[in-house]
Amino acid sequence: MANQVRISRFLSSISLKLKTIFSEKLSGDIIFKIITAFVVCNVFVILGLMVFEIGGSSWLSIETYGLRFLWGTTWQPVPPDPSASPSFGALPLIWGTLVTSGIALLLGVPVSLGIALALSEYAPKRFTYFVSFLVELLAAIPSVVYGLWGIFVLIPFLQNHVYPPLQSVLGFLPMFQGTIRGPSVLTGGIVLAVMIIPTVSAISRDVFAAVPRSQREAISALGATKWETSKVVISYGRSGVIGAIILGLGRAVGETMAITMVIGNSFNMFSSVFDPGYTLASIVANEFTEASSPPVYISALAEVGLVLLLLALVINIFARLIIWRATRIAAGAEMI
Amino acid sequence: MSNYALRKAKDKIMRSLAYMALAIALIPLVSILLETAIRGASAINIDFIVERIPPLGQPGGGIGPAIQGTIIVVGIASLIGVPIGVFSGIYLAEFRETKLASTARFLSDALSNMPSIVVGIFSWALIVTVIGWSVIAGAIALSIMMIPVVTRTTEEAIKLVPGTIREAALALGVPRWKTTLTVVLSGARKGIITGILLAIARISGETAPLLLTVLGSRFWFSGFTDPTAALPLSIFNFSQSPYSGVDWPKAWGASMILIFMILGINIMVRYVMRDKYG
Repeated sequence: MANQVRISRFLSSISLKLKTIFSEKLSGDIIFKIITAFVVCNVFVILGLMVFEIGGSSWLSIETYGLRFLWGTTWQPVPPDPSASPSFGALPLIWGTLVTSGIALLLGVPVSLGIALALSEYAPKRFTYFVSFLVELLAAIPSVVYGLWGIFVLIPFLQNHVYPPLQSVLGFLPMFQGTIRGPSVLTGGIVLAVMIIPTVSAISRDVFAAVPRSQREAISALGATKWETSKVVISYGRSGVIGAIILGLGRAVGETMAITMVIGNSFNMFSSVFDPGYTLASIVANEFTEASSPPVYISALAEVGLVLLLLALVINIFARLIIWRATRIAAGAEMI
Repeated sequence: MSNYALRKAKDKIMRSLAYMALAIALIPLVSILLETAIRGASAINIDFIVERIPPLGQPGGGIGPAIQGTIIVVGIASLIGVPIGVFSGIYLAEFRETKLASTARFLSDALSNMPSIVVGIFSWALIVTVIGWSVIAGAIALSIMMIPVVTRTTEEAIKLVPGTIREAALALGVPRWKTTLTVVLSGARKGIITGILLAIARISGETAPLLLTVLGSRFWFSGFTDPTAALPLSIFNFSQSPYSGVDWPKAWGASMILIFMILGINIMVRYVMRDKYG
């Protein structure tokens, strides 16, 4: 008898709960939440499928070459000796990507930091609005137009007016020796430097803007000049700036079209920055549509894509974590 | 020189270096815009916009199919990307504290910085290996690049809607979902449209993913499962041509039209948004 009462009470409590859930007002909200939650999961599906599909396409190459793929230095879809089998190694591509991205950071980061400081510390507000718009436009120009400009405007200029004096001054260093070529690793790095400026400068500017006023006021009150105040701002926003630089690196590593058009597309372990080269991204853009046979050729290109995918994910997650920490610390200080 | 004068001088030097950095960054921008305008202007006329694409080296013709192809591929990409992006953004803004929201936000940022060529390989592996080089594959690649941008800008736009507006609707007894879909969304309309337009501007210029999906063609649009021409691809093809006198001006002409479209969208967005944030 007691049991029956308990069961019936339990059942009625459940039906009451269900009634509340499906009552007119609540059900709309819950359905809404479920639908939008379902849609937002697209990002998991896309990233998951991306790893799965690109991993699947590169499986043949992974199986054939294993880890050798990462440090091999030959790229022969059709070997000169017909009896030999095709061989693929990505080390020169990784080398090309590293060197061009390195040049891009070396040239692009100081300029970006200068811009960020000018916009956040020095320039008057009205001026800032217009100029940051111009710098953002630099990010809006398509990669292929950068490439076109690189081929027909930048390369002739560099080849005639910049590279010869550069070589005569720095020619004692091995990396500035050899024949000067317009389409080269250095040209690629310079174009990339221009392309990362909007990214790095915009994020650094936000980081500097997030530095609490009290920090600036404290140091100015001690009689510091504007530059000395800026030094405090920079050191306060240090980790955020590092995050911005890493995001810029991510952009440089993944940039495809512009660099394909100016780097000269030659598979070799170059030793001079005036040599033509290849990057991970540019070899895919340049060879993918022609890589019909053998099947392992296209699989090797897909594996290059897989390396890029993983590289981009790691760089991004790393940068986000640093920026997230930096802005959180800044916000915390503001509250105090 | 006294210590104070030295510090003053240092300050001046650093200030001029900062402004110089600004000037250095604007040189490429000005140079790209000017060169495109000067070299492109000679190629552009009505025929150039409406005529079909000739083979490399053949004078005359235009880039009509490329403009058509870009509009179609970007259009389909927007049809896929905008609803998904906006609804994702609504979730991120409305349920911002949930674990799902913070994870999705994080991955969305990672996806928006994915190299475009990787997205191209993905769409190739997913679609092209099944149905061949096609408009659909290109549109899917571009929509993947669009979704994270629209998602995050929608989220930010909704967050800017004042809480009082939402509370006013809720106080009248409007259910929450209805409040969001009518009152909040219309308050965030401007920001969301900005995000969508900027995303469209961004994907219109993408080349690498199209190279691996729609392949490129010289002909007018012939079906969703066929290859198509696109403006960025035409710029690339013309620029690689050995016929300098015939094809290079066409590359500049095509890039002038592309820049015109993209900068037009950017400037329009600035103008529309100005009264709100300017």
